[in-house]
Amino acid sequence: MAEVQQGGGEKGKGKQKKISTRVDFTPMVDMNMLLITFFMFCTTLSKPQTMEIAMPPKDKDIEDLTEKPELADDLAITLILDANDVAYYYAGLPNYSDPNSLVEVDYSPDGIRNLLMGKNTAINRQIDEIKQSLLRKEITQEEYKDRVSQIKKETKNTPMVMIKPTEGASYKNLIDALDEMQITNIARYAIMDTTSIERFLLQNKLSGGELSRAAVAEGQL
Amino acid sequence: MPKVKVSRKSTFIDMTAMSDVTVLLLTFFMLTSTFIRKEPVQVNTPGSVSEIKIPETDILQILVDPQGKIFLSMDKQVDQMEVLRRIGEDNNIEFTTKELYDFSLLPTFGSPIGTMKQFLAMDTEDQDKNLKDLGIPNDSTNNQFKQWVQATRALMKESDRNDVFKIAIKADATTPYPIIKKVMDDLRELRENRYNLITSLKGGASSEPSETH
Repeated sequence: MAEVQQGGGEKGKGKQKKISTRVDFTPMVDMNMLLITFFMFCTTLSKPQTMEIAMPPKDKDIEDLTEKPELADDLAITLILDANDVAYYYAGLPNYSDPNSLVEVDYSPDGIRNLLMGKNTAINRQIDEIKQSLLRKEITQEEYKDRVSQIKKETKNTPMVMIKPTEGASYKNLIDALDEMQITNIARYAIMDTTSIERFLLQNKLSGGELSRAAVAEGQL
Repeated sequence: MPKVKVSRKSTFIDMTAMSDVTVLLLTFFMLTSTFIRKEPVQVNTPGSVSEIKIPETDILQILVDPQGKIFLSMDKQVDQMEVLRRIGEDNNIEFTTKELYDFSLLPTFGSPIGTMKQFLAMDTEDQDKNLKDLGIPNDSTNNQFKQWVQATRALMKESDRNDVFKIAIKADATTPYPIIKKVMDDLRELRENRYNLITSLKGGASSEPSETH
C-alpha cells in the first residue's frame, strides 16, 4: 500500500532517484479511530453539578428561629416533605384545629414554586430589574451574581422557609426542595427535623381532622 | 477494430484529510471529557438547576447507595495512602508499605477497617466483586465514617489545604431521607457544616424567575 515509488532509473547513470513524498495515512487514521473509540467509552462529557449547602453547627439550636420575634407570621413557611413525592406547607404558626391549614403541594412549577414566588416578591422584583439590565448587556455576569447575593442579603422581610423532610421522603425530594429555593431566590431557608407538631398536623390532615376533634373533645384545644 | 482503452485509475485514496478530522475529534474528546471513576454501586444523582461545577482537586467524595452503604474516594493517591496509615494507627493496625500502596490505587474504597487487610490481599477482580457488599460502617457504636472524615480533615489542615478542601455527597435519588440525614448529622458533629451535594443537570427546568409571573 505504501506508495513509495522509486524511479526506475538504472544505477550508475548519475540520475537522482525520484522518491514520491506521498505518505499513506491509512494506519494513522486506524489508530486515531481506535483512540477516539477508547475515549468515547471510558470518559464522560458531563461534569457533575453540585449544590453547595451550609448547615448550622450542632451546638446552635436552629429551632430558635421560629421563636425569633422579628419573623412575622406570614413570612414563616414550613414545608413538610412527605413520602410519595407529596409535600405540604403551612404558613406562620401551626393551626391545630383546622386540618385544611396544611395545604398539599407538589414539586411541579405550579406547586411550591408558584407559592414561594408569590411570597418572595420583594426580592424577585429587584432581581428581575437587574436581570433586565443583564439581558441588555449593561452589566456582566459576575456583577449580576454579586448584585443578586447582595439583594438576598439586604432585603428585609423576606420569607423564611423551613424544610422538614419526613422519614418517608427521599433524597430527591430534598434536592428538589432546595432547588426551588434557588429558583425562587429564597434568601433564608433551613433543613430541619420534623417535630411532633408536624407529625400531628400531617396525621390530622390525612385523617380529615379526626385528631383535632379528639383533642377538642379532651379539652386540649 | 478500434481499441477500447480502459483508463486506469489509481485506487489510492488520500487519507490526509480523514486523518485531520480524526485528530481533531480526538483532541476534542481529550480536552472536554473526564474519565469515569469506577464506582462499586450505580448511583443516579437527582437533577437540579444548580450550575456550580464540582472542583477536581482536594475533594472527599462520599458515595451513599440507596441501602445506606457508604463509600469514599479521594482525588490524590498520596492523600488516600496517608489517611489509611493514620486510620490504621488509630485502630492499632499496622499496614505494610505494599498494602498502603495497593490501597492508594483503589478508585473507591469502602471496606471496614477491621477487614481492610484481607480486602487488600484480594486481587482486583475479587475486590470489585466484594466491595459493593461492604461499605464503611457509621453506626453510633462503630462510626468509622466519622474517623475517615476526621483523618482527612486533619491531613488537609497539616498540608495547608484546609480552605480548598471540600466534601461532596453523592447519593442516589431514591435514597430515603433518614439515611442522608444520618450522614449529614455525622458531618455536623464533626463541624463540617459546608459541603456539596452532587447533582446532575436537570433538563427542561428553567431558572428564570420571570417565567412564572
